[in-house]
Amino acid sequence: MLNYVLSRLLTFVPTFIGVTLISFAFIRVLPGDPIIVMAGERGLTDERYAELSAQFGFDRPMYVQFWEYLTGVLQGDLGNSFVTKKPVWDEFFALFPATLELSICAMIFAVVLGLPAGVIAAVNRGKFFDRALMSTALIGYSMPIFWWALLLIIVFSGNLQWTPVSGRIDLIYYFPNATGFMLIDSIASGQSGAFTSAVRHLILPTIVLGTIPLAVIARQTRSAMLEVLGEDYIRTARAKGLSPGRINGVHALRNALIPVITVIGLSVGTLLAGAILTETIFSWPGIGKWMVDSIFRRDYPVVQGGLLLIAVMVMIVNLTVDMLYGVINPKIRKR
Amino acid sequence: MSLKQKLATGLLMVALGASAASAQSLVYCSEGSPEGFDPALYTAGTTFDASSHPIYNRLAEFKVGTTEVIPALAESWEVSEDGMTVTFSLRQGVQFHSNDMFTPTRDFNADDVIFSFNRQKNDDHPYNGVSGGTWEYFDGMSMPDLVDSIEKVDDYTVQFNLTRPEAPFIANMAMDFASIVSAEYGQAMLDAGTPEMMNQAPIGTGPFKFQAYQKDAVIRYLRNDDYWGDPAKVEALIFAITPDASVRYQKVQAGECHVMAYPNPADVQAMKDAEDIVVMEQEGLNVGYLAYNSTQAPFDNVNVRRALNMAIDKQAIIDVVFQGSGQIAKNPIPPTMWSYNDAIVDDPYDPEGAKAMLEAEGITDLSMKIWAMPVQRPYNPNARRMAELIQEDFSNVGVEVEIVSYEWGEYLSRSRELDRDGAVLLGWTGDNGDPDNFLAVLLGCDGRENSNRAQWCHQPFEDLIQQAKVLPTQEERQPLYEQAQVIFKEQAPWATIAHSVVYMTMRPEVEGYVVHPLGGHIFNQVGLSQ
Repeated sequence: MLNYVLSRLLTFVPTFIGVTLISFAFIRVLPGDPIIVMAGERGLTDERYAELSAQFGFDRPMYVQFWEYLTGVLQGDLGNSFVTKKPVWDEFFALFPATLELSICAMIFAVVLGLPAGVIAAVNRGKFFDRALMSTALIGYSMPIFWWALLLIIVFSGNLQWTPVSGRIDLIYYFPNATGFMLIDSIASGQSGAFTSAVRHLILPTIVLGTIPLAVIARQTRSAMLEVLGEDYIRTARAKGLSPGRINGVHALRNALIPVITVIGLSVGTLLAGAILTETIFSWPGIGKWMVDSIFRRDYPVVQGGLLLIAVMVMIVNLTVDMLYGVINPKIRKR
Repeated sequence: MSLKQKLATGLLMVALGASAASAQSLVYCSEGSPEGFDPALYTAGTTFDASSHPIYNRLAEFKVGTTEVIPALAESWEVSEDGMTVTFSLRQGVQFHSNDMFTPTRDFNADDVIFSFNRQKNDDHPYNGVSGGTWEYFDGMSMPDLVDSIEKVDDYTVQFNLTRPEAPFIANMAMDFASIVSAEYGQAMLDAGTPEMMNQAPIGTGPFKFQAYQKDAVIRYLRNDDYWGDPAKVEALIFAITPDASVRYQKVQAGECHVMAYPNPADVQAMKDAEDIVVMEQEGLNVGYLAYNSTQAPFDNVNVRRALNMAIDKQAIIDVVFQGSGQIAKNPIPPTMWSYNDAIVDDPYDPEGAKAMLEAEGITDLSMKIWAMPVQRPYNPNARRMAELIQEDFSNVGVEVEIVSYEWGEYLSRSRELDRDGAVLLGWTGDNGDPDNFLAVLLGCDGRENSNRAQWCHQPFEDLIQQAKVLPTQEERQPLYEQAQVIFKEQAPWATIAHSVVYMTMRPEVEGYVVHPLGGHIFNQVGLSQ
């Protein structure tokens, strides 16, 4: 197992260097000069342009700029945002807990509903439940996120007034954000009703962000289950007279989980992409919107630093998924 | 307290039913996050709403709802006869705010004024490079060239020595970048090794004290009970950062915020019809225009420019592009600005006349480019659509148009070029309510190859605006600017297209809100009825 983990970790190094280079090059390939964008309609004189260029370090050759960036990254310094002038690192960690909290809730929502839905659909293949669940999943998968979000807001927040419109907590609650996770901080604050308020604020964004992964997981579980249910050992189990619950829950589901877990791992990337829209609509202070704004402003340090950090997160998730394969199927870790 | 202890205490408090504090708070759904809280470092209106208006004061300020400049931290000022020195008499007994790190030991005085400007002006000032300071507005308003030195005459008198007489200087002192910060706080933070706190935990003299900012989520302010002017009417001011306009509207409807900025134009009619929503409107201090390149044939011919202006159906643009939230522009300055010449008659929409005029100039098969901006701006919400409408209008008079566009940075930089091919859609939002800020910046000879996108330099116009710039009083300057607008209309370097209309949406319990023509959202005088 240790060798397996080490060999996985080794693949980190070239990926990390590649991501650093791509994130550095990506934003610079886009047309548009951050200094000109910053000056806007006002424009600026050539002397002032040269002065700012020197201040931001753009007057030096590209390879020098990359080398400085790389050495900075290795020392844990991602530079300062051109716009807010604050360290990228600080901004990322101020916003990341909000994205993480929402993503975890969305993933739990997707897995808790998606797995049973897939299993039920597979067991009832071709019947009403199967068709109903899979049609719903297809609709969920195809729904534009911003439209779905606005629809839920208008119905549940506007008309029924069951949930708040946006934000992470009611504004009457004010306490320091010790961890950045609102569910934890609201309990720690000791203010009555804060936790309930935080939960209520999470409901709609969770549903919106979790919808696509839910649909994907349900469909994937169904097809993986169908494949496994046709295997000889399932027939043997049936012939032995095992209960359907034990056959489906233990023998079939466990073997069907490998592709499902792969999909869950890949969904993390989808969640981050979906978070951009979800965060914008629900005024959720996470990294999705932060990145998009920075691309428009050509805020080089934020875009390259943010991309790098997100890539590292995805790499860690993929590594975890690889580890899980080994846990679920001992044959894999022995290879 | 460790996290575990906090959690334990929290659970206990929940069990005991402790209640959350709730004061009379005004909640404003703002459209975005401030870049920081030191207004001199930034240029965005969103940042000024969150910093200079609630937290700080300036020597002079704009009277809310007008572009009139009134005394603020300076009780009065005097301009020398040659216009080269301006002496401010400062208000006494003004206190700075305090926070966990700082309590002021003295009142506001001349040292604070000198500190506030010298940090922007002098490269060797310890605060010049703090927070990556580029001091864009200070530089953009030509202050480094204009201000020779700033002298302390006594504790409550400051003298600015200028390099040339300049009438808009006082209006510049009312701009956000001229907000007065505490020299004492600056020194304290420098000593503590955390100078960036000036920007992150701001201390000012304004009607609200900064309490907390959670990035991209919420900004909190408390009323400054020691304020030197009329105290704020609410105990707390909260900015709930809500980037999506539809969601802001839902929040106002649900009572989650009292006031919202920038509604979707498409929603405005529904808002006006709704019973529990109040909509206020005012012309924005901006202008959207199509600038011909007056150095290139045939656009160097004034009759060609005037003929093309007559071919544009501006009303259709207001209806389609602005969806009603705009008004036709006939002058290069907006109607809310002093010296606006309302006597000027706009070019008639007359395609036949335009065609005849072009033929008279020997123009029969003209083809040209129109540049459409890739971004949405208040003065032009959809440049592509606007360009298409003008394309259609011009084709009606026999002029073939190709629409071009570039990425925003490229657009700004390429459109500056003297030999640029084509007419450019662009616009401008005023900074200080002074006509010079439009006429000299956008149409003056010095602005060519920069913010003067028409590359237009017309001596009679230039003489008027240069003369007006150095006259001391508004009364003396006004006729010159009015005359300059007449010349502009005759010479037609632009087709003036539209001024936007700014809408503010609020709940009926909001009292005293005034839409500010300079575009800021100011809550000092706003209250809530019970």
